[in-house]
Formats: sequence, C-alpha cells, structure tokens
Amino acid sequence: MARRDFSAARLPGFATIAITVFVALYAPILMLVAYSFNAGDSIAIWEGFSLKWYPVAWNNAEVREVTLRSLTIAATASVLSTTVATMAALGTTRRRQTRGQTFIYLLINQPLMVPEIVTAVALLIFFASIKVATGYQGLGYLIAAHTAFCIPFAYLPIRARLEGMDLTLEIAAGDLYASSWQTFRHVTLPLLAPGIGAGMMLAFVTSLDDVVITLFVKSAGQDTLPTYMLAQIRRSVSAEVNAISTLLLLLTVLLLTAFFLLTRKRD
Amino acid sequence: MSAGEEKTARGETRSMWLLSSPALIILIFAAAGPLLIMLVYSFLAPGKYGNVVWEFSTDAWVSTVLTRDIFDGTLSLADAHLKIFWRSVKLSLITTFFTFLVGFPTAWFIATRQERSRAALLFLITIPFWTNLLIRTFAINQIIRTEGMLNTFLLWLGVIDEPLILLYTDFAVFIGMTYVYLPLMVLPLFAAIDRFDMRLIEAAYDLYASRWQVLRKVILPIVKPGIIAGSILVFIPSLGAYVTPRILGGGRNMMIGNFIEMQFGPGRNWPLGAALSVLLLVIVAAALIVYTRAATKEGPHG
Repeated sequence: MARRDFSAARLPGFATIAITVFVALYAPILMLVAYSFNAGDSIAIWEGFSLKWYPVAWNNAEVREVTLRSLTIAATASVLSTTVATMAALGTTRRRQTRGQTFIYLLINQPLMVPEIVTAVALLIFFASIKVATGYQGLGYLIAAHTAFCIPFAYLPIRARLEGMDLTLEIAAGDLYASSWQTFRHVTLPLLAPGIGAGMMLAFVTSLDDVVITLFVKSAGQDTLPTYMLAQIRRSVSAEVNAISTLLLLLTVLLLTAFFLLTRKRD
Repeated sequence: MSAGEEKTARGETRSMWLLSSPALIILIFAAAGPLLIMLVYSFLAPGKYGNVVWEFSTDAWVSTVLTRDIFDGTLSLADAHLKIFWRSVKLSLITTFFTFLVGFPTAWFIATRQERSRAALLFLITIPFWTNLLIRTFAINQIIRTEGMLNTFLLWLGVIDEPLILLYTDFAVFIGMTYVYLPLMVLPLFAAIDRFDMRLIEAAYDLYASRWQVLRKVILPIVKPGIIAGSILVFIPSLGAYVTPRILGGGRNMMIGNFIEMQFGPGRNWPLGAALSVLLLVIVAAALIVYTRAATKEGPHG
C-alpha cells in the first residue's frame, strides 16, 4: 500500500525544510524594515511605531549627496551599458556560429565569472596610474567600471529576447521594400524594446548595489550609498541606516517587478 | 559555398565585430585588460608608501605562502597567510554543502508545486538574489549582534543568562554566506529538477526499487548538472567574498578578499595583493573548467 501512495511531491521533511527556507530568507529583511519604523534608537527593542527615521535620513546632507551620486552613476552606467549591449546583441545573435562569436561571448560574460574583488584590485592598479598620469580624479572611473560590469546584465535579456523573436516580420518588411534601417527602426526595435527595458533595469540594479568595485575605484570624497552605508555599519548602528536600507529595498523591488512584467511570456 | 553566400558570411562577420566593438572596448578597458596589468604588478617590488617600484621581483609570489625570517633570511611557511587561505576554503566548502543540504529540498518543493504557485515561489527566491547584498548581510548582523534581536529574545525567554557572542566569528560568516548565496543554489537545482520527469520515480517504484535506490540511480544522475552548477555558483563568490566577512567576521576573521584589500591599505604591499588576486582568479578558473567539463559530459541520461 505504501508503495502505491508514493508521490514525488511529498517527500518526507522536504516541505518543512522549504518553508523554513522561505521564512529564513525573508525574516531578517522584514525585521530590518520593521525596525526602520521604531520609535527608539535601538535595533532590538521595540519602542513603538514612528516614521521619524525617514526625515532624519532625508535631512542628512551626506546621505543626500551619496544617494545622488549613486543614482547618477547607475543611470549613466545603465544607459551606456544597455546601448552597447544592444548593439552587441544585434551583432552576435541570429547568425552562423563562428570562433569570433565565442570570443565575444566570453569577453562579455567575463565580469560574471571573475570574482569582484579581483576585478576591483585590477582596476585600482590600472586607474591609479591613469590618475597619476592625467591628474583626472572625477566620476569617469566609476562610470567606466560600472558600465563594464553592467554589460553582461544588460546583454543577456536582450539576447534572449532577440533569439525568441519572429524573423518573418523583418523578412516581410524587406519584401515590402523597407530599407534595412527602416526595418530596424520600425520592426526590430519595437519588438526588442521589452528586452532592452529589462536589460536596463538589471544594469541599473546591479550598478546601484555594487560595493566592492566602487570601494576600490573611488577617489576621496566619492562615496556611493552602499560604500557610505558600509562605513556607517562599522561605526555605529542606528535605525537611520534601516530607513535608508528600506528605501533602497523598495526601489529594487519596484525595478525588479518592472523587469518581470517586461520579460513575462505572453500566452 | 557559393560566391554570394561567402559574401554574406563575410558581411555577417564584419557587422558582428563592428556592432560588438563598443562593448568590447569598454570591457577591455575597464574589466579584462586591467587583469593583465595586475599580473605584471605581481612581479614588481612594493613601494614604500603603497604602489610599486618598477623592478622585477618574485618576492610577492614567494610571500603568498612563505615567509622570510628577518634575521637569517631562511624561508618557512607563512602560517598567518595559510590560515586565511584555509579559513576561506573551509568556509566556502561548508557554505556550499549547507546551501545544497537545504537548497535541494527547497528546489524540489518548488518544482513539484502547481504551475501557478511555482512561478510565485520562484519569484520569491529570485527577489533576495537581486536585492542589495550589503543590506542582506546587514540584516543578519542586526539579528545576531550581542545587543541584537536574537539575544534580546533568548534573554527574555530565559533560555540564556548572558548574550551569545555570535557576531565576528567564523560561524557568523558561514551563516551570512549561506543566507546571501542560497538563491544561487536553489535556482540551478530547480532548473534541473524541473526538467526531470516525475513518472520515472513511479516507474522505479513499480519495479520495486527502494527509496535509496531511486534517489541514487534515478534522481541524482539527472539532477547532477544542476548540483554542479549550483555548487560552482555558490563556491566562487564565497571564496572571493569581501562584504560578508567584513560585516560579520570583523577584523580578525578575514577571508582572502579582505586580506587582499589589506595589501592596498595598511599592508602597503600592492605586488602581494596582485599576486593573491591572480591566485584567486586561477582557482576560480580551475573550478569553472571542472564545471564546463562536467556540464558538457552530461548527456540527458547522465
């Protein structure tokens, strides 16, 4: 009888472990969010509900400055990386496999394979000599570094979209005497738009979250929100950091939801 | 191949390089190229106030594992360095194993749900993966710190009389890495289990296979590529982890990543930092090669 009753969906203990995992995955984040609404300064003792930490964070000039810097870098890097990734995706999909293509794939995916700390060290060394040689200390280094590691995140959804696209529409446009530019502008690009949007979301989130590479590349006074928070966590912990974290989490979740809506398969 | 076909092929190749070139230039300038410069730096001598002196030296490489006695110049194993390597490898392996231990049932659970709840559960696993690693690590820090929620709660319950010292231990780093890298194990495992035809299990049972035999002979071979992929995806970032050991391990429980960073700060030994980075890269490359070998060898039926 026991044999007959066997079901793959009900292996003993699996459901318990899975549910524990889901709870464990979200409980710490939810606690962190909850304590951003704590009336007291503590991150362990609940002293009642209050929104006071949000204005505290907002009125902190340093927080505003680093947030603005983070958003500037993320916006610039995501637009740049998505642009070049779109071109690369158009150049590498829907054609015969060649050796050069494998090389391009490898180079594009390289930031996903090399540990961040290694890239960070290499960039520190390289940019240090450029800084000495040119005297330029601006945000350009951070933007270049962020653009580079965002490229694979932008490229992958765009390529996936291109590969799933119907070629016949473009052939039809050609048959109707559309020039190749017209075909691209009025057929390929609109069809590709959700992929490009999705790629840009991922690039933006990836840039916004980066700690290690930014830490090594930034010049003095170029803290981003994550590097600023890292320094804060080391010094002392107040619910102010929880409030900033909560806002950052909210932004990420919004962007991710947009990403999933863009890439969702239509029935 | 006709002349016309050859012409389109050449045109395709040209447009491929042309369209990819902006991305490639950025990647060579700000990702891949500097790795080669780092390799060169690992063979130079350290400058007095950081940076390097341009003279050839293998000291950095020697000092990754050996240490020179300051009095008689004899070489011996650098215990401090080896201890950090060992801690990194040990913690990464334990993390990989533990994420598998809890990740496999989780992936299995998701894969055996109805279509609708499966998509929702997958989304729930993906969200933490994309949320800020720093914030997630910080959340763990707040819970386990001495005056944190866990201790406050346990003291209130009366289970303990004194707060547990969890923060700034190897255990804290292990918990933190397991927490942040778990989605990287669950997702490939899910992909592998999802392809698995559950009727095979029923068939095996009908043929009087025991539970253990089903697991070993039917499930494992088919899910193996997912296990390998998940293990690599967890092991590589664990080994190069910087943020998690910094926030949860503190100054004393360093991992390779933190040790590398130190060489560019108070350590003032850029060549050693470069050599350690190259070493880490080689280990990661080896792991990736093992992975691709294993992945390509596995056919649909093992």
